[in-house]
Amino acid sequence: MLVYVLKRLFYTLPVAFGVSVVCFLLVHIAPGDPLTSVLPPDASAQLQADMRKIYGFDRPLIVQYGLWVLKTLQGDLGVSIATGRPVAAELRLALGNTLMLAVLATLIGFVLGCLFGFVAGYFRDSWLDKLASFVSIIGVSVPHYWLGMVLVIIFSVQLNWLPATGAGPGGSADWAWDWVHVRHLILPAVTMSVIPMGIVARTVRALVADILSQEFITGQRAKGLLDSGVFRHVVKNAAPTALAVMGLQLGYLLGGSILIETVFSWPGTGFLLGQAIFQRDLPLLQGTILVLAMFFVALNLLVDVVQTMLDPRVQRA
Amino acid sequence: MKKLVLAAATLAAGLGLAGSAFAQGVLRIGMTASDIPLTTGQPDQGGEGQRFMGLTVYDALVHWDLTRSDKPSTLIPGLATSWTVDATDKTKWTFKIREGVKFHDGSAFTAQAVVWNFDKLLKQDAPQFDQRQASQGRSRIPAVGTYRAIDDLTLEIVTRAPDATLPYQLAWIAMSSPAQWKKLGRSWQEFAKTPSGTGPWKLTAFTPRERAEMVPNKDYWDKTRIPKLDRMILIPLPEPNARVAALRSGQVDWIEAPAPDAAPSLKAAGMQIITNAYPHNWTWHLSSAEGSPWNDVRVRRAANLAVDREGLKELLGGLMIPAEGFMPPGHQWFGKPTFKLNRDLAEAKKLLAEAGYGPSKPFQTKILISPSGSGQMQPLPMNEFIQQNLAEAGMKIDFEVVEWNTLINIWRAGAKHESSRGATGMNYSYFIQDPFTGFMRHLQCNLQPPAGTNWGHYCNADMDKMFDEVRNTFDAAAQARVLERIHEKFVDDALFLMVTHDVNARALSPRVKGFVQAQNWFQDFGSITISP
Repeated sequence: MLVYVLKRLFYTLPVAFGVSVVCFLLVHIAPGDPLTSVLPPDASAQLQADMRKIYGFDRPLIVQYGLWVLKTLQGDLGVSIATGRPVAAELRLALGNTLMLAVLATLIGFVLGCLFGFVAGYFRDSWLDKLASFVSIIGVSVPHYWLGMVLVIIFSVQLNWLPATGAGPGGSADWAWDWVHVRHLILPAVTMSVIPMGIVARTVRALVADILSQEFITGQRAKGLLDSGVFRHVVKNAAPTALAVMGLQLGYLLGGSILIETVFSWPGTGFLLGQAIFQRDLPLLQGTILVLAMFFVALNLLVDVVQTMLDPRVQRA
Repeated sequence: MKKLVLAAATLAAGLGLAGSAFAQGVLRIGMTASDIPLTTGQPDQGGEGQRFMGLTVYDALVHWDLTRSDKPSTLIPGLATSWTVDATDKTKWTFKIREGVKFHDGSAFTAQAVVWNFDKLLKQDAPQFDQRQASQGRSRIPAVGTYRAIDDLTLEIVTRAPDATLPYQLAWIAMSSPAQWKKLGRSWQEFAKTPSGTGPWKLTAFTPRERAEMVPNKDYWDKTRIPKLDRMILIPLPEPNARVAALRSGQVDWIEAPAPDAAPSLKAAGMQIITNAYPHNWTWHLSSAEGSPWNDVRVRRAANLAVDREGLKELLGGLMIPAEGFMPPGHQWFGKPTFKLNRDLAEAKKLLAEAGYGPSKPFQTKILISPSGSGQMQPLPMNEFIQQNLAEAGMKIDFEVVEWNTLINIWRAGAKHESSRGATGMNYSYFIQDPFTGFMRHLQCNLQPPAGTNWGHYCNADMDKMFDEVRNTFDAAAQARVLERIHEKFVDDALFLMVTHDVNARALSPRVKGFVQAQNWFQDFGSITISP
């Protein structure tokens, strides 16, 4: 197992290099000037040239890349052009906020997805299956930013039950696990959970249906195993794949959803990325993409390891 | 079952109460900006940054009079009590500094502090030089050449050339505390966390991208402007629907720029929609480059006569002021142009025919537009509406849609630059609050790109002569007369497609009282109170 983990860790190095090259190039070849959003529109050509020099954008691309990688390896992701604040500090705060949101959304999505998936798979072709499948298809199909707006209209504007935006009256810096703050998390988390719920439900339904049709289940039933016993076997066999899917979903959600976080003004990585894109804030954009990509790689690794532990049949080392 | 109902009712009541339990006298504002504007002095985020961070925490030497809503704002003394220009050398200005003004940290505001602040923006080798503030402030004061403190209360500025618009330029420059910067280890990053200005508000707490909290500066030098509120909280809410939802759910008391289609529902919910004229212009900036069909004044006039401004107003739910010129109607520089911007299709067609366009030679050209952008209002439906208007007069317009930041870069590069893709006009929104931003930057010969942002390469000797006159007319009233003449020429020559002015809409909770919306990009929050 240790060899396997080390091997996988080694594999992440070329991935990290590839990610760094791609994200550096992508943000540089995208149209727009990184100083556009910083300078007032009237800034003269001379002032633009001066500022480009001060920020180092006048250097060859390869030099800029080299300097960025060198600093990144030392843990310094640079300073945001738009805000002048260190990227690492911005990212740390946003990651914490997205982590809260993503974990809660994944939990909601996983629990509901498993529930709908099991019900649909267990009662295949019945009206229960159709209902559960309908809900899960809605989950993967509905545009979540639209759902977010609808939930805001119902629960914030009309009923005035839950807040529409933000991370609490004092912002995320004052976050506490009390009702005043947690109520800000509910609508974005529910909105965000809809896609993983749908995907997990579709996966679990297929898994359960497949497992139930296998011979060992028929054999167990023939031996007189009760439904609860059969259920246990189904869960055990479906768990590794379901967990893998959940892990991937958590990875996606950790990237933050630009749309959901913007609709709810939730100060997470999606909100940060959205702003960095609009402001052409290259250091912030590069740093955020790199860290999120590495997060995703690490999460994949973790899921693989956990899956191997759960399912001894999976031979990886 | 009864228990369940009771529990649900309790939960609902609890949620509802929690939603409305806020202290009195606290104004929470949902801004359109996506971040808290730079807090160190010279804010970013354009006019909104200056409105909420520049002129709240800080002061400039020269202020805008924001006390009246019924007439356009004019300049008044700020941290400088008076200014004069040397009778023989028109580049030499003397500013008298207001006595007894203190920064929030208790240090005194002096002429030396002004010099220190200019160095912060202009002197790259000064220890306090800050590239972030410099990138915001340097382009605001192009006239400033040298400067020195004659004594604690006297400042001398020498301009590069005679320039009577200097006070307008200085109204942008916010004064940060040198003492606070030194106290905080000479670090602007630290200063940003605990800034110190001389303004009527003190910044007390600040979470990037989420909120900023201010309290009144009870020792403010202008006693009439000491804020009545207990606190003011700024919340960045860039998404228009999120702003509306936040206001309607009681999370904020004030939102900037509600979408026009949200106005009826906000009014129905009891919110106040406050509007007023202000120096903003939504226009098609036309190219005067060689080969541009707009070089013929008859074509420019025809296009202006084809636009149905009243119809456009209806499209925007009334939230616009139809253009009668380049400046808003009633503006102090409006003058008496003879060309009236009424819709007259017959006259438009006649002018086009005179210019040589007709069925055998149809008029066709390309205009650059953006799908969104600061001050651009609702660019797509508005431009499509105008496209239809012009088609009715026989003018075929093709649009090339480019992203807002790209459009800004094209605007800087000029109509002759390849990035303009052969377009002969672009839809752009302008801040037109002073002579430079209002006229000179668009029309002065020597400000053609790359030297400036005269995108259309307009150049006219008479116009340039009048700009020289503005710069050399140091009496405010006489200067305004020259500006009137400039505006009259602008309108009569139909230099741009003059379409509309935004109305600076903001939606306020009915609890917000006492706000006077000045005809200005900036506003004063001192008179506001919140009723229980």
